Amino acid sequence: MTAVEDTPSVPLSPAGNPIGFGRMPRKEDVRFLRGQGNYVDDLNLPGMLHGAVLRSPFAHARINSIDTSAAEALPGVKAVITGETLAGLGLAWMPTLSYDTQAVLATDKVRFQGQEVAFVIAESRYIARDALELIDVDYDPLPVVYDAKKALDADAPVIRDDKEGKTDNHIYDWEAGDKDKTEAAFAAADVVVTEDILYPRVHPAPMETCGSVAHMDPVTGKLTLWTTTQAPHAHRTVYALVAGLPEQKIQVISPDIGGGFGNKVPIYPGYVLSIVGSIVTGKPVKWMEDRSENLMSTGFARDYHMKASIASTKDGKILAVKVDVLADHGAFNGTAQPTKYPAGFFHIFTGSYDYPAAYCNVKAVYTNKAPGGVAYACSFRITEAAYVIERIVDCLAAELKMDPAELRLKNLLKPEQFPYTTPTGWEYDSGDYEKTMRVAMEMAGYEELRKEQAEKRARGEYMGIGISFFTEGVGAGPRKHMDILGLGMADGCDLRVHPTGKAQVRLSVQTQGQGHETTFAQIVAHELGIPPEDIEVIHGDTDNTPFGLGTYGSRSTPVSGAAAALVARKVRDKARLIAAAALECAPDDLEWELGRWYVKGDPSRGRTIQEIAMDAHGPLELPDGVEGHLDAQVVYNPPNLTYPYGCYICVVDVDPGTGQVKVRRFIAVDDCGPRINPTIVEGQVHGGLADGVGMALMELIAFDEEGNNLGGSFMDYLLPTSMECPDWELGETVTPSPHHPIGAKGVGESATVGSPAAVVNAVIDAISPFGVRHADMPLTPANVWRAIQGSPVRTDIAVS
Amino acid sequence: MQTPAPVDYAKATSVAHAIELLQQLGDEARPIAGGHSLLPMMKLRLAAPEALVDLNDIPELQGVRIEGDHIVVGAMTKHRDILESAILHEHYPIFREAEHVIADPIVRNRGTIGGSACQADPAADLSAVGSALRGTAVIQGPGGTREVPLREFHDGPYMTVLEPTEVLVALKYPIRPGAGSAYEKVERRHGDWGVATAGVFVVVRDGVVADCGIGNAAVGAEHYCSPGAEDALIGQPATEESFAAAAKVAGEQCNPSADQRGPVDYKRHLTTELTLRALRRAAAASQGA
Ligand SMILES: Cc1cc2nc3c(=O)[nH]c(=O)nc-3n(C[C@H](O)[C@H](O)[C@H](O)COP(=O)(O)OP(=O)(O)OC[C@H]3O[C@@H](n4cnc5c(N)ncnc54)[C@H](O)[C@@H]3O)c2cc1C
Repeated sequence: MTAVEDTPSVPLSPAGNPIGFGRMPRKEDVRFLRGQGNYVDDLNLPGMLHGAVLRSPFAHARINSIDTSAAEALPGVKAVITGETLAGLGLAWMPTLSYDTQAVLATDKVRFQGQEVAFVIAESRYIARDALELIDVDYDPLPVVYDAKKALDADAPVIRDDKEGKTDNHIYDWEAGDKDKTEAAFAAADVVVTEDILYPRVHPAPMETCGSVAHMDPVTGKLTLWTTTQAPHAHRTVYALVAGLPEQKIQVISPDIGGGFGNKVPIYPGYVLSIVGSIVTGKPVKWMEDRSENLMSTGFARDYHMKASIASTKDGKILAVKVDVLADHGAFNGTAQPTKYPAGFFHIFTGSYDYPAAYCNVKAVYTNKAPGGVAYACSFRITEAAYVIERIVDCLAAELKMDPAELRLKNLLKPEQFPYTTPTGWEYDSGDYEKTMRVAMEMAGYEELRKEQAEKRARGEYMGIGISFFTEGVGAGPRKHMDILGLGMADGCDLRVHPTGKAQVRLSVQTQGQGHETTFAQIVAHELGIPPEDIEVIHGDTDNTPFGLGTYGSRSTPVSGAAAALVARKVRDKARLIAAAALECAPDDLEWELGRWYVKGDPSRGRTIQEIAMDAHGPLELPDGVEGHLDAQVVYNPPNLTYPYGCYICVVDVDPGTGQVKVRRFIAVDDCGPRINPTIVEGQVHGGLADGVGMALMELIAFDEEGNNLGGSFMDYLLPTSMECPDWELGETVTPSPHHPIGAKGVGESATVGSPAAVVNAVIDAISPFGVRHADMPLTPANVWRAIQGSPVRTDIAVS
Repeated sequence: MQTPAPVDYAKATSVAHAIELLQQLGDEARPIAGGHSLLPMMKLRLAAPEALVDLNDIPELQGVRIEGDHIVVGAMTKHRDILESAILHEHYPIFREAEHVIADPIVRNRGTIGGSACQADPAADLSAVGSALRGTAVIQGPGGTREVPLREFHDGPYMTVLEPTEVLVALKYPIRPGAGSAYEKVERRHGDWGVATAGVFVVVRDGVVADCGIGNAAVGAEHYCSPGAEDALIGQPATEESFAAAAKVAGEQCNPSADQRGPVDYKRHLTTELTLRALRRAAAASQGA
């Protein structure tokens, strides 16, 4: 059961919803639960055609020729597009979100299994798929780089020979922290522990795969694109830049989205192909990938090979941490990071602890694998960072023979140290870490669990207790530091209060299941006193919402949530002037209570926000400088990230005879500042915890020596089910962000970031009597058993 | 959405009708039962039959019944009905134990025992059960009916002795008074195919193993069984040592291949471990424990 307490009661609306923060059912659920959502694939336009992508069976091969004649001859086929067609239009290649290029359709060679080779447009999805089998591609297979560790070998085949002068598979080197200071701390330390830690390639696997419907109106020249995107505005600008289309004539609509998790941040060749298809045929063209296409070709996550070292005194005071990363980016650098940070926010790996020195070096390489690299609720690589620090701290605890809880408590940052600047340059806003950790330990009954573990061990039973304490930096971000392709990460927000006092709030961020239509209505309700059911949230349509960079990296509440609060305050300020005119007093004589301005000292004289709305649109004479209507606009440029954190404790039972792991309990105490809608927050945490169990125990995309993707279907790519999830035990502490208008810190990815380490630490703790200090995810029964045998497997390549 | 290639469809109303349709529609026609193996393969375009003959509306292929000293299970009996069958559970709890770990309720609501046998997936749980119990397949074709021991029914992975115009009608299992049975499986996740499995029956008389059958799925055991392990156990005292020795043989004599479910050494170990666990429980049940 959850230990969460309801937030203090706020007044209820006539519909029984809190006018402000508190639990209420999600407004969007009414349509989702009735099956009345409207997803991209639900769209059917008159005359619409269907596209299908031919994909490469090879991971690396030269294309000698493509014969499309048989496909073109199939009745119902309207056009077949190849790389050559696109090259003629200057569209064979497109920019990625990290200043690399990616083939829309392969021209010279294919560089990963599943790469786009040709595009068929036909009258139905079935015919389009049938036609794919009639396309004859002549390939010459080439040697494959399937192992990131061999990507920089002298004899490794050069994958990106399309780039002039490229003679190896190196992408970039990037570092953070103070190397010399770190080395000095290591030299002086009593204890140094080093471990090779892999965060294997996984996939966000949203329930709805990626797709689009493009309609280039041949008469008006307007392109309307309904598409699965988490960032409609950013996509619009990129399409304008890529295709040379005038931006005012591009409308990107992101209707209901069935999960994103970062998978729907990049622009995929399929989207561009649907646009080209519509231009070529003059008809709307739908492209919707199937499950295997989604798993094999769209944005994967992680694939970080990390060598981590931690230095401490012999009584467990951490002195320094360093991490060397080999980052596998696949065939094109398609990661979506703020420009300044090619490795995202990985350098937050210093974690939640107080020590002076840290350093990391990230070396990124090309391999013959699908491109991507930032996805799956990772908060720009904070997942990798949180995992590596929490794993290596446990390794240190094992080395010191110290309880991992005690080691953490000894090193956690203290409340008085905030704002705290980390050795790699982040400024943590606020925190009371020890309190959160104590709440989690209390909920878990930590001491009793350790007793139980000792008793069980004596009987030959293996239970494990794993702790993870994580700090995230979310809400990217200050535009002077953070942009994607030159687009600063600030968000606009518009609010209009209609004459009857009902409001519409327009957001740049797009929901993929996070409950924005409820949360943002509650934020406005909290500021203006308008019931949330009277506030419509409008999003996902670039023609009808202000510019902003979209939903990912847990940024919606930290950035657009702040914008919504500020725009509501702006409206409130304007309402004050109008109320003063109506009440014939000075604005300074008015005082605010939720939903109403009233005269100081005479509370019976006042105007509700609804009355003021009518006044604002009516004949009331307004003071000079006050325009009519009740609306406002803001752009919020966050001064800093917000830093949610939490302490997770996982209890597992391991069967050493089979290697099977059972997650028995999971305690998650999150501090994301004030909870706007606790039910939605808990939903986000539940989902993220399931993700964490999945990644820790079963999710994996590995490759064999030929570069075959070994996770290309849901029979191979295992997602956890309810059967693998215990009853989540949730708790909270509340430490507001000092610089956010409502103190909220964002929680969309906390659990995904924080939970894998707790599960892995628990499993390793369980099997530590066999001398195991580390084993890589996913901890499948085979991998656990092999770890117990002292011969752990490499999980990124095919099992042999 | 995954889209299969064009396909014709016909619904059979009796076994004779099904055979007739298969004859008419030619070599590229296939029966369809629950569709939980065939349809995914068609959607992935790994299979592209030209026509499907639907067996779902043939009453004679349904249900579990006792005929003499055998239990007869119609080929179109669904996993769920096997899971819930009181007859099977009374004589062989192994069925319910196996069904509990086969796929998920959605698959079990449509997938059939006959489809599972004919699909001949190397990891098919009911094939290990059928081999362990030394069951028999009842097959009907244009020339009449024939019976084939389940230990001869499969010709290797995804291959059976069925002719293209033959239909599997039923599976028969001899009733063995006093037998205990058990099924063990390790999978990476609920609903996943096994990494290794073991299904056994044991008859213990006067402390001695009078009879037993040992089946293993997913580990390349020929015909899903381990006759070597059975030989090692029959006639031995029903003790932990005997079970361990037999289980060791099962692990040694299977022929697993490495894949994402695990390496060979693990699969051998697991075969031994699960066979041992199943033997223990089945023997205890036989002895009324
Ligand atoms: C997600 C998922 C998980 C699964 N997990 C497991 C598991 O853990 N363990 C397990 O054992 N199985 C598992 N299965 C397979 C499941 O048991 C299938 O239902 C079964 O293997 C096939 O049965 P079916 O009735 O669906 O056959 P179908 O798919 O309809 O047919 C399979 C094949 O058998 C042929 N066929 C069917 N019936 C006859 C007949 N009477 N005569 C002649 N030929 C016939 C068909 O032509 C076809 O070639 C899983 C399936 C899925 C989709």
